[in-house]
Amino acid sequence: MSLQATTSQTVGPYLHLGLSWLNTDEIAPPGMAGRRVRISGRIIDGEGALVPDAMLEIWQADHRGRFAHPEDARAGEVEPGFRGFGRVPTDAEGAFRFQTIKPGRVPGPGGGWQAPHLLVSIFARGLLKHLVSRLYFPDEPDNASDPILALVDPERRDTLIARAAGDELLEWDIVLQGPRETVFFEF
Amino acid sequence: MPELAGYRRPFWGTQPEYLHSTYVSTRIRSPSRPLVLIPQTLSELTGPVFGQDGIGRNDDDLTRQHDGAPLGERMIVHGRVLDENARPVARTLVELWQANAAGRYHHQRDQHDAPLDPNFSGCGRMLTDEAGRYRFVTVKPGAYPWRNHHNAWRPAHLHFSLFGPAFMTRLVTQMYFPGDPLLPYDPIFNCTADEKARNRLISQFDWEVTMPEHALGYRFDIVLHGRNATPMES
Repeated sequence: MSLQATTSQTVGPYLHLGLSWLNTDEIAPPGMAGRRVRISGRIIDGEGALVPDAMLEIWQADHRGRFAHPEDARAGEVEPGFRGFGRVPTDAEGAFRFQTIKPGRVPGPGGGWQAPHLLVSIFARGLLKHLVSRLYFPDEPDNASDPILALVDPERRDTLIARAAGDELLEWDIVLQGPRETVFFEF
Repeated sequence: MPELAGYRRPFWGTQPEYLHSTYVSTRIRSPSRPLVLIPQTLSELTGPVFGQDGIGRNDDDLTRQHDGAPLGERMIVHGRVLDENARPVARTLVELWQANAAGRYHHQRDQHDAPLDPNFSGCGRMLTDEAGRYRFVTVKPGAYPWRNHHNAWRPAHLHFSLFGPAFMTRLVTQMYFPGDPLLPYDPIFNCTADEKARNRLISQFDWEVTMPEHALGYRFDIVLHGRNATPMES
């Protein structure tokens, strides 16, 4: 028997009513091993306006590249208390900010490795299905051999790489539409 | 690490495109460049695992979250969460939010001139059981106006959010009610090319779950992406 997945629908403007209970600005709680980073950015629409009613979901591995999920054969080695998930809303100015630890590199297709990255889903009014992107880290030598970045037009790759803004602060804007549009993925 | 079985691609026409011009907000929020197709890696084949943490006693009964009972038509909404292989998705998080019976959300951005109900927040959550079943008690939400076009009204609906076993299976959707005269006019409901797919967003009235002298019953089954039978070629 085969079914078809239910049609996606927008979260609408009142998403926080049902979803904000999992909001956090600390994807990795304080004290978790790994290099701590602060990430901030804005979500910008096709007319250059900031998007105040959106939400991000972050999913990431721990500092040694292990996911807190049974599908990862090394999940048992994940640091206790590390889940690697959190929701981050945009504020009235369309800005978001959170802290986490830089993940380790994680297994890629065909026995290779992927450079450290965060998976980022974007939910908002006007998105009938959520968008999926990735945040990569600047000054990361593994980016050059990352199998996912390799599939992206070189001229657009920098939309996936956060900018170093000093003192373990990274900046990463998400542009939904237009000449500087962020790269979004399908699977 | 062994190769893991990937999740299926959507059937054509069963999922919306990002640009759906009759839903005006999509015109400036949808990507203009094609999405980049990438393989499903361990990052996408894993996802957050939730337990009972943060789920309260009355989070599955939206009529018992305040001192008094909310106004409106009491209803039970239930169903199963399955994957495309018709297997139950057990112990997965289901989140629900909705307007009150007058069509007003308990949300500061909602300025619709309809009354708030001090006894209704419109938010629920629970985990499915071993058979993938969920069940909420709530009130039927009202229709409400929005500014998409002149005299635009959203049909009554519940918002559902589900995770399933992986980042790949994440789904946010809306459930509608049978016989709602607003459905043919709603650009969000009508966002798919496949008519059968959108009609599956309409719940079914369910006599067997209807409780005499207490609440009407509606059934809404939800299907998450399922895995391919064999591991993907790498």
